[in-house]
Amino acid sequence: MNESILSLLIFIPVIGALAMLVFAQFGGKENPDGFKWIAVIATGIQLLLGIWLYLNYNPTDTVLTSAFTVQKEWIPQFNIQYYIGVDGLSMPMVLLTAFLSFICVISSWKITKSPFGFFALFLLLDAGMMGVFVSLDFFLFYVFWEVMLLPMYFLIGIWGGPQRQYAAIKFFLYTLFGSVFMLLAMLALYFYSDPHTFNLIALIDTAKTIDATLWGFQIKYLIWLCLFIGFAIKVPVFPFHTWLPLAHVEAPTAISVILAGVLLKMGTYGLLRISYPLLPGEVYHFATILAVLGVINIIWGAANAIAQIDLKKMVAYSSVSHMGYVILGMAAVVSNSKAGAEAGMNGAAMQMFNHGTITAMLFLLVGVIYDKAHHRYIFFPKDYKDKALAGKQGFGGLGAKMPIYSALMAMAFFAGLGLPAMSGFISEALCFIGGFSVDTTFAGESSIIRILTIIGTLGILLNAIYFLRAFQHVFFGKLNEKYKELTDISLRELVCVVPIALIILILGIYPAPLIEMIAPTFSNLIDLIQSTPIMGI
Amino acid sequence: MTNLPSISYFIPELIVIGLILTTICLDFSSKLRKHILPVNILGVLFVGLFVWDSFGINQNIFSHLYIIDSFSTFFKLIFVSTTLLILIASSASKELDDIGHPEYYTLMMTVLLGLMIMVSSTNLIMIYIGIETASLASYVLAGMKKGNKASNEASLKYVIFGSFASGIMLYGMSWLYGLAGSTDLYQIHESILNSSALLEDNFMIYVAILMLLAGVGYKISMVPFHYWTPDVYEGAPTPITAFFSIAPKAAGLGLFLRIMYSLFSESGGFADPNPILHVDWPFLIAVLAAGTMTIGNVLAIQQNNVKRILAYSSIAHAGYMLMSASILSVSAIKAIMFYLVIYLFMNLGAFFYAIFISNKCGVEDIEGYKGLGYKSPLMASLMVLLLVSLTGLPPTAGFIGKVYLFSALIEAKTFYWLAVVGILNSVVSLFYYFKIVKVMWLDEPKDDSKITPKPALSILIIVCSIPTLVLGLKWDFLFEFIDKIKF
Repeated sequence: MNESILSLLIFIPVIGALAMLVFAQFGGKENPDGFKWIAVIATGIQLLLGIWLYLNYNPTDTVLTSAFTVQKEWIPQFNIQYYIGVDGLSMPMVLLTAFLSFICVISSWKITKSPFGFFALFLLLDAGMMGVFVSLDFFLFYVFWEVMLLPMYFLIGIWGGPQRQYAAIKFFLYTLFGSVFMLLAMLALYFYSDPHTFNLIALIDTAKTIDATLWGFQIKYLIWLCLFIGFAIKVPVFPFHTWLPLAHVEAPTAISVILAGVLLKMGTYGLLRISYPLLPGEVYHFATILAVLGVINIIWGAANAIAQIDLKKMVAYSSVSHMGYVILGMAAVVSNSKAGAEAGMNGAAMQMFNHGTITAMLFLLVGVIYDKAHHRYIFFPKDYKDKALAGKQGFGGLGAKMPIYSALMAMAFFAGLGLPAMSGFISEALCFIGGFSVDTTFAGESSIIRILTIIGTLGILLNAIYFLRAFQHVFFGKLNEKYKELTDISLRELVCVVPIALIILILGIYPAPLIEMIAPTFSNLIDLIQSTPIMGI
Repeated sequence: MTNLPSISYFIPELIVIGLILTTICLDFSSKLRKHILPVNILGVLFVGLFVWDSFGINQNIFSHLYIIDSFSTFFKLIFVSTTLLILIASSASKELDDIGHPEYYTLMMTVLLGLMIMVSSTNLIMIYIGIETASLASYVLAGMKKGNKASNEASLKYVIFGSFASGIMLYGMSWLYGLAGSTDLYQIHESILNSSALLEDNFMIYVAILMLLAGVGYKISMVPFHYWTPDVYEGAPTPITAFFSIAPKAAGLGLFLRIMYSLFSESGGFADPNPILHVDWPFLIAVLAAGTMTIGNVLAIQQNNVKRILAYSSIAHAGYMLMSASILSVSAIKAIMFYLVIYLFMNLGAFFYAIFISNKCGVEDIEGYKGLGYKSPLMASLMVLLLVSLTGLPPTAGFIGKVYLFSALIEAKTFYWLAVVGILNSVVSLFYYFKIVKVMWLDEPKDDSKITPKPALSILIIVCSIPTLVLGLKWDFLFEFIDKIKF
């Protein structure tokens, strides 16, 4: 079981997709619900395996000592391995992926347009995501990273909103643009390291010995830049974020959840898994820029969210803002106080998990209201096709009509704006503590990250503005006559949302399980980076 | 080796010549005419067997005019497999139904013969004969649809461009002969190396290289000799277009590698990292490669005809392979060979799908591809796989091929700018390949009718798709095979 659990996590969804293919040949046409059940079973097993993994996971193990690590030859001539494992960095992401995939299958129960295609592609996407989070071989990582793109393209492009075709290709082009640079970085790492290897653990030792220059730069610096472009587009870091609002808004609800909940985390995960341990010296030089970009993300995302009149677009921009916290927390690794660095890094990792759950809840709830009202405008746009509605308030007074829904939405909004007792508060606070602790770096240079962090805290205020404003206009005030027939949230939708709400609450009050899971790994990572001798670029 | 014993090494070519004659003879009797296709398929299979059997032999024959080495054998295997697949596809193509078949097969075999001579020759005269044999027959093949204006135009354009390019090449060859006093590649190499005048002033070598490149470049549709490609590809019958996009290109690359390595590298062999007499032709090739892939990809974006898209895409792929050819190393040649095998399957597969659609719906325009995903889900899914592979995304073979091409560049630690141009080009290519995917799957079909291809065609598409996927997951056996080629 130990040996095969990670492979099972990756390939159970693939088996599910194959089962669907067989089922489609034998009677699937008359019985479209069958596809849904296969998807539920596949993701359900995956979730159970994930829980089993969590229960048996020992946080103090590294991937080298862990019993779950598998290392096998794949292409010996090129030294490519099937090398998978989990540590404190990947563990929360694995759990998040398994959990959200299961939730998303249930939430897309009402898909009517070719359910076979939808759920089969969804499972392939699931497999790709899981593969990214457990790969310890760069080549394998890259393959999984790219495998996800195709199902995502179709899921947005076929089942999405009115602008789905444009959104799908824009998402694809942006991500591919980033990942081809990652490919170059990968090959450069392979050929410059001695012995040639894609093994991410072995590269920790060999990558830092690379000593060559190109066009007047250290080659390591260029590798870092290429990797950064690849990961930054996924996060997305300003100014690479423009694909995000479009893709999130046009995608069907479940896919928005996956996009915001899991895919964005791959960017920061990649930085932490590959850039940080392999190129610690470059991390040091880049930390300030990272912090600047993080703060821009926080402020820019929030400011954009304030300007939105579409609930889903607002939530999408709030993701940009929330991922900024992660970047800022990661920049704190250069802090001269170990406690500060730990706060920042742990905060970043926790924010990755917490934002995954919070944004999933937000998107699911927005999806619920969209299914009922067929629009999700806080205010109708001025050029709305129905002239009578243009510029008018979209909802209003729903609080009395849909009490349970309103309560859940209130909770999601408050979690989003970082209210204490919700999980988001703890991780955001840790990110800020980390950032604030950096007034000198571990190498003794003074740093502006503390000032940047102070500017970044403004983001909390801005977050409050748009969440509270949206809540007020949708749920308070006089009941919009159009919606007096509206029914409250259904049982199926509750099944999707309530578990997420519970996790947000529990981790908000008692975050220890999450911290214990990640802390040892990050402590090692910080030691690794802080023990690097710092040289010029 | 003298002429008589040489013949035993020349059997594959002799079989092809035999096939040409047999086809003409079979055409005399209306009863026997229907056997032409099976005889040709069987014959080509035999050629393949003999070529396969000669793998590993390294022998100069016909008094140093011709060489049988694993390098040429590899390319011959590519030609034979392409011809075989195209022969089967031609029988299933509606376009070719009303064309007089005997001459079609005769011409096809003539092209095959020419290509085989091209990659095996070690003498300028033989090389020229090979090129012309292949080209002359190709001109006629492009104009096979006699009543069709586009096809006639294709043929004429092909002739004009082709003869112009080969004329320049011939002049370049005469230039080389003037410098070295021989037409044998090895002797030319030797006398260039030993010439003190050339050592001081290498301008003459540059001129010769440029002129030779015109001829070879036209075969592989390298920029700036690519202008004929879209029109010829669009006008020619689709199976012929598919053939043109692989076999002559592979032959051109093979010839290119042989000429450049044996004439213009210091050791006159494949394992040599230095260009001759400080003639910086690798840089020239790098620039041409960058131009080829960029122009191919950028112009493909605005095309609306699927055959034209694939034409420009084939220019782009030639650019990717040339990119690796600008590195003088064994691993670069291996990368090119590896890519050729993969390109053979994915490109042919895409063309077979185009044949299928032109058979069933009579369209080549991208508009006509609307909603095909819902009309024939299996074939359309395979087409997506092939297009993904052409773009170069995992888990398909196209990705692995590209990884090897880029690896050669990065391993040699030169031309990083070319690698950056190359990867940006793959991003651009996504746009037009997925234009096809978009209309097939994301647009709604016009009606609910279903379409299915002829069995032969569906088998061909599946045959091309399987390696495209399998080689993306496990490719070490192919690499081992290419590793066995001695340079």
